[in-house]
Amino acid sequence: MTTRSSPLLSAARYLALALYLGFALFPLYWLLKIALTPDQLIYTEGTRMLPTLTTLENFRTVVFQTPFLSYFRNSLVVSLGTAAVTTLIAAGAGYAFSRFRFRGKKLIIGLMLVTQMFPLLMIIAPIYKMVAALGMLNSLTSLIIVYTAFNIPFATFLMQSFFDGIPRDLEEAAMMDGCTRFQALRKVVFPLTLPGLGATLGFVFTAAWSELLFALMLINSNETMTFPVGLLTFVSKFSVDWGQMMAAGVLALIPSCIFFIFIQRYLVQGLTSGAVKG
Amino acid sequence: MARMELRNVRKSYGSVEVLRDIDLDIDDGEFIVLVGPSGCGKSTLLRMIAGLEPISGGDFLIDGERMNDVRPRDRDIAMVFQSYALYPHMDVARNMGFSMEIRGAPAEERARRVAEAARTLGLDTLLQRLPKELSGGQRQRVAMGRAIIRDPRAFLFDEPLSNLDAALRVEMRLEIARLHQRLGTTMIYVTHDQVEALTLADRIVVLDGGDIQQVGSPLDLYERPANRFVARFIGSPTMNVVPATGAAGGVRLADGARIALPHLGDAGNAVELGIRPEHIDVVGAGAGDLEATAELVEHLGSDTNVYAQVDGLGPMMVRVHGNIAARAGDRLGLKIQARNAHVFAADGTALRRAERSA
Amino acid sequence: MNVRTPTTVAPGETRARSPLYWRYAVEPFVYLSPAVILITLVMLVPLVVGISYSFQSIAILNPLKTGWVGFDNYAALWSDGKFWTALGNTLWWTVASVTLQFGLGLGLALLLNRHFHFRRIVQALVFLPWAVPTFLSALTWAWLFNPVIGPIPHWLAALGILAEPENILGDPDLAMWGPIAANVWFGIPFFAITLLAALQSIPGDLYEAAEMDGASAWQCFTKITLPFLAPMIAITVMLRTIWIANFADLIFVMTGGGPANATQILSSYVFTTAFRKLDFGYASAIAVALLGLLLVYAAILLKIRQKFVKI
Repeated sequence: MTTRSSPLLSAARYLALALYLGFALFPLYWLLKIALTPDQLIYTEGTRMLPTLTTLENFRTVVFQTPFLSYFRNSLVVSLGTAAVTTLIAAGAGYAFSRFRFRGKKLIIGLMLVTQMFPLLMIIAPIYKMVAALGMLNSLTSLIIVYTAFNIPFATFLMQSFFDGIPRDLEEAAMMDGCTRFQALRKVVFPLTLPGLGATLGFVFTAAWSELLFALMLINSNETMTFPVGLLTFVSKFSVDWGQMMAAGVLALIPSCIFFIFIQRYLVQGLTSGAVKG
Repeated sequence: MARMELRNVRKSYGSVEVLRDIDLDIDDGEFIVLVGPSGCGKSTLLRMIAGLEPISGGDFLIDGERMNDVRPRDRDIAMVFQSYALYPHMDVARNMGFSMEIRGAPAEERARRVAEAARTLGLDTLLQRLPKELSGGQRQRVAMGRAIIRDPRAFLFDEPLSNLDAALRVEMRLEIARLHQRLGTTMIYVTHDQVEALTLADRIVVLDGGDIQQVGSPLDLYERPANRFVARFIGSPTMNVVPATGAAGGVRLADGARIALPHLGDAGNAVELGIRPEHIDVVGAGAGDLEATAELVEHLGSDTNVYAQVDGLGPMMVRVHGNIAARAGDRLGLKIQARNAHVFAADGTALRRAERSA
Repeated sequence: MNVRTPTTVAPGETRARSPLYWRYAVEPFVYLSPAVILITLVMLVPLVVGISYSFQSIAILNPLKTGWVGFDNYAALWSDGKFWTALGNTLWWTVASVTLQFGLGLGLALLLNRHFHFRRIVQALVFLPWAVPTFLSALTWAWLFNPVIGPIPHWLAALGILAEPENILGDPDLAMWGPIAANVWFGIPFFAITLLAALQSIPGDLYEAAEMDGASAWQCFTKITLPFLAPMIAITVMLRTIWIANFADLIFVMTGGGPANATQILSSYVFTTAFRKLDFGYASAIAVALLGLLLVYAAILLKIRQKFVKI
């Protein structure tokens, strides 16, 4: 914007950016550092910036001698399942909002907004009772269903904004060219929405991956614990195995980071248009 | 080949009526231009013909067959969109051949027809390009190629030239006219640009406020507009309209001037006089029907535009063929070519003129 | 345009809806129904049920005492000291978190809204905390505050802010700063992302015009940037405030509401009541109270917005 600025000002600007970077990255660095520090050194140099020795021992223990691999798998199943189902359903709803005028549209959008406003914890008790009544406590399916419902409104608004970005003319041209509406959707709209679908998948995956409280409530068997629940249980039981806990934490970070890198470029455009639009 | 009939066709969104009782017959091979200001419903009418917009009431027939409930894909009509609507993820060849692909035509036939159409449109070298790699004019050609490749029974054009610059617009206009001559297929063309309408159309349909104002050949509309709206909409520069009072054999203007209009049977209920800028002659001060001061004079070479302030009447534009020596501030006399004048009644309808002798 | 009243059906004219009409009318609901059904069953019905719970006694651990109790839960709430503490904590937690997140997020957005080397990579790294799962943010920050393995108590002691490197999360006077720090760390990217998008939508020639008019950098900021950002600020602050007031994860993981309820906010109180005590009736009453407060807040903010935001 402004073309000229004094060297002092730009130095201050870079310093500020560096501070932000440090603040953002230091906790993650610390997590990784402790995870890599051998057990016997944690108490003597726990607060040193750089460890004198590093080891992968903690990771090895976590992966092979604890149920974390199973937690990891459960979380992956839940998150991928939620992301896939949510994106599919939200794509349908977003398409309807973007392309059709119909009776009750405002009402449905309003209801979706309502679900974004009230404290989700309000429904934790009813959901627990419903799931228990269906005999679905401790099942990953119930988690997928619940998470899917939670994420549909946001994902729908997000998908709607992506569909809005695709000119209606294209579908109509396809229909003039001999497509049914569904064929037009499949051959013309779908290929163009791929980035949007990817971003939505990413958002929903990350959200499902980090959900803790409902998982705590609905799951208490070791076999179906998701990663957050497992890690928390682990922490409260073995609160001295710092290195192992942090190694587990680093592992939990990996899928989120992969998705984050994937969706990073859509963040600024996608999140805002999806989040703010009503 | 397609003969189209619209019978009392209506369109409404909820309680808002967009089009009312449209009756129109389109002959096979005719070039029809729908024209009107934005919001007049012309694009909606086109989209209803295409099948992209449901018809709220009335009947729409092609070759005698009722089309109201036929899906766009089954109407066998091609359409060129204002935005061209080229599929961004397909190259030019696939864009053009898409309709055949959907209908399951064999690949060789598709390739042959695409190559053929590309040759006529001068797109041979661009077949492997993506739409984003093309210029505006090239995209326009691809859009047309996509339409002609199907050999449909009718073409629809929705303001196809409005995204092009002026020079290209003229070129593509000629291209479309040539296409119509060559194919002889029914074409329906929507535009808000009356020059396009006048140059392309066999017949023009003027729409305003959801109603057909007039249907006729370009010359018809120019010479015998049915009402004040058509009179002012068709023709450039716009027709001058000034208040007038009907009198026997003519009208009396607000400044007291009396214009004899012998070709009109009775101008008794006239309230306005309309005269096109090119139908006013500039004469010496005191020698014309009206006295005026030139406020601004534009020399265009072939013509001269004079923006005049008429005493007792207000502004009026005059176009004179060739160059005249008038300058801003000059006093002029204006002579109205009475046989080219139009008069309008209070409801805006033009008073019928007797048949012209010359 | 003269809009006529809708024409009535002329005699003899059929008004039967065509198949195409039905196709157009029904099609959107085909695409919508899975979403609507799922949201209704999993969110809206439980919401109503949850509200009804607040008028019942539903304690799983005490199955004999089940049934409608009218406003008993609310009466208990009124005389529950923990509720009032949690209410105060909720205010403090929300205001501090939103203010810091917004201020720092705006600063970051302004810094990122200009060209410099490695901008893309810096932006990606600085937004990274947003991708970190909340439970992990909570654990990481809890560990950072831990005097055994975390550096923060030692730094604060070295700066003279703390007398000795004690556990901040164990000190009732300071404990709230732990979750707030984690929340600010986690939430800056949200504000930075949304505000950056809004900044990028301000037409650049406005600044050029202002510069031609002789505006200083500060004037540009207050006369152009802020007014343009105002609608986005209003909506993000409102949504974020509600979200943070409801956000119990960090507190639950870091302190569990302790020590001595010093960090208990209403939403974490809802969760611990439901999760630990399985007292669903009382938990729902707290949740309804929280919802009521949020509604009042949203209504006030919308009123203010109507008054001040012109664009």
